[in-house]
Amino acid sequence: MSFALRDAGCEVIYLGLRSTPAEMMTVALEEDVDVIGASILSGAHLEIACDLIAERSLHRLEHVPVVVGGIVPPRDVERLLKIGVDEVFPAGTAIADVVKRITVLADSRQERP
Amino acid sequence: MSEPGQDPTTASGIPIARLYTAADLGDPAALDERIGAPGQPPFTRGPYAEMYRRRLWTMRQYAGYGSAEDTNQRFHYLLEQGQTALSVAFDLPTQLGLDSSAPAAKAEVGRVGVAIDTADDMVDLFEGLPLGDLSVNFTINATAPIILAFYLVAAERQGADRSLLAGTLQNDILKEFVARKTFIFPPEPSMRLVGDVVEFCTSEVPRFNPISITGYHAREAGCNTVQELAFTMSDAIAYAELLVDRGLSFDAFAPRFSFHFATTLEIFEEVAKLRAARRLWAQVARDRFGATNPEAMRLRFFSGCSGATLTAQQPLNNVVRSTIQCLGAVLGGAQSIHVMGYDEAMAIPTDEAVTLALRTQQIVAHETGVADTVDPLAGSYFVEALTDELEARATELIGVIDGLGGAVPAIEAGVPQRWIAESAYRSEMAVANLTAVKVGVNAHVEEAEATELRLFELDEMGRDRQLARLDRHLAGRGDVSDALAALSRASRSGQNVMEPLIEAARRGATLGELSDVFRKAFGTHREPSLW
Repeated sequence: MSFALRDAGCEVIYLGLRSTPAEMMTVALEEDVDVIGASILSGAHLEIACDLIAERSLHRLEHVPVVVGGIVPPRDVERLLKIGVDEVFPAGTAIADVVKRITVLADSRQERP
Repeated sequence: MSEPGQDPTTASGIPIARLYTAADLGDPAALDERIGAPGQPPFTRGPYAEMYRRRLWTMRQYAGYGSAEDTNQRFHYLLEQGQTALSVAFDLPTQLGLDSSAPAAKAEVGRVGVAIDTADDMVDLFEGLPLGDLSVNFTINATAPIILAFYLVAAERQGADRSLLAGTLQNDILKEFVARKTFIFPPEPSMRLVGDVVEFCTSEVPRFNPISITGYHAREAGCNTVQELAFTMSDAIAYAELLVDRGLSFDAFAPRFSFHFATTLEIFEEVAKLRAARRLWAQVARDRFGATNPEAMRLRFFSGCSGATLTAQQPLNNVVRSTIQCLGAVLGGAQSIHVMGYDEAMAIPTDEAVTLALRTQQIVAHETGVADTVDPLAGSYFVEALTDELEARATELIGVIDGLGGAVPAIEAGVPQRWIAESAYRSEMAVANLTAVKVGVNAHVEEAEATELRLFELDEMGRDRQLARLDRHLAGRGDVSDALAALSRASRSGQNVMEPLIEAARRGATLGELSDVFRKAFGTHREPSLW
């Protein structure tokens, strides 16, 4: 995924596996990123998404969109959006589609209030 | 697919000719030597003379979720459905050395496998399942010594003799650094623990495979068949060197080495790969380690088919994909097979999906006649030429890894990891650019999906039950501090950790406590940023 985003001209900071939501938000703050993404394959996406949104608030990053991809059953897409995730990319989403939706989010990112 | 006038290639880039003939196989006498007879070095035609005529492959569906009791029920169910052995999936906290009560475990308890915190949990996992008679596979790596200790305690409580236990511990940490990523400790002490387990089992649990050297996860992460072969062999070489350096005899430990490969849909390349793997290992054993025991040259493997080939779109198509993969594994001479559930691109499988996966194996076994003769594709101009080509390409790549100092330094430098990422990206792009057809994804797409699947839903109360179990356990056990201290001394002194681990497990030490002893002695590993 990060290769595809780079090919599309994005700068990607990939934290590797097992990053906690708090670690992700710290880096997002330090690096002043446009979009925060998490790939979750274990089925724990609902709980982790709640943590991501909570940590985002704690770090005062509400203006930065959060996206989630991975093994996400169809029934959970709506649930993730309700939790506050901006885009969901379940397994099977075309890479080009992911890149497009992430770059649209990045372009429309609001300035820090 | 290919441009008109241009030869197509396999997924690993091997050009495929329009027609293969005897000319592709060279001197017939040399071919005979390369192929040999089944059950004899170089084992190209199979590890056993009789193959499936004597015994069918083991049908071993990977299963685990929730608590020990939940998974125990599924084990009983699978055996009732005609499965012939067990394969345990552990949740991420268990794989990462965390008790279910650890803050970092919170969201993950019981999700991708069963939560095991203590030897008591292992006892309950096998309630009503006689360990002396059942072969059990454990997909566990960084915490493999601890899970082995829990298993040995569970067998003890059942009154089963260690010397009779059969099964496989994955215990392949190198591919964790490369692809699967559930490492805890740095490479060097991780290798030492692998060595301790193999050394202990070679004398104490002689019918058990203490390691399964695995190319499967690198393949699932996106590498090609040549890389899968080379990584597997290079990792096996690194483990064997470690054990030989300890003064163990290759001829004594290598017969219990087990291997694990993926089988995707490119059936001829997969069959050729599996045949080439056997030949490569026989050569490695003989030429690098001076093996004289044929059993030490004999590669036996498990095939996990391939989850990465499954699609979320038109999920019933996955039944067809899995069937072809199962057939490929059988034609390649697998000793045991797992077939994926058709719903696994979206969730862990339902009972219904697991049952159909098992039925797939049973239909291939009993209705196709494929098990009636040994290595039925031998002598095929195409399959033999492809076997030779894969062997040659993998040998070359093993040489490249040798040139980097072997598997461990190559992995520490991130080389295989980069190869996998590049290969995975190429495959994804091939689907995106329509140079590779994926039915339901980039061809024959249905705008409105016809099938709405009922997917597995984890009982979210399961975690609370597991936490309550752990609380009761901790309240009911005696002091374990001296057992943990003994393990700490062994870890630091270089004494084999298995006996102190088993004793601590008997006394009720938890997986998290035992892992913490190792963490203090060995430190932890954080993956450097590679891209």
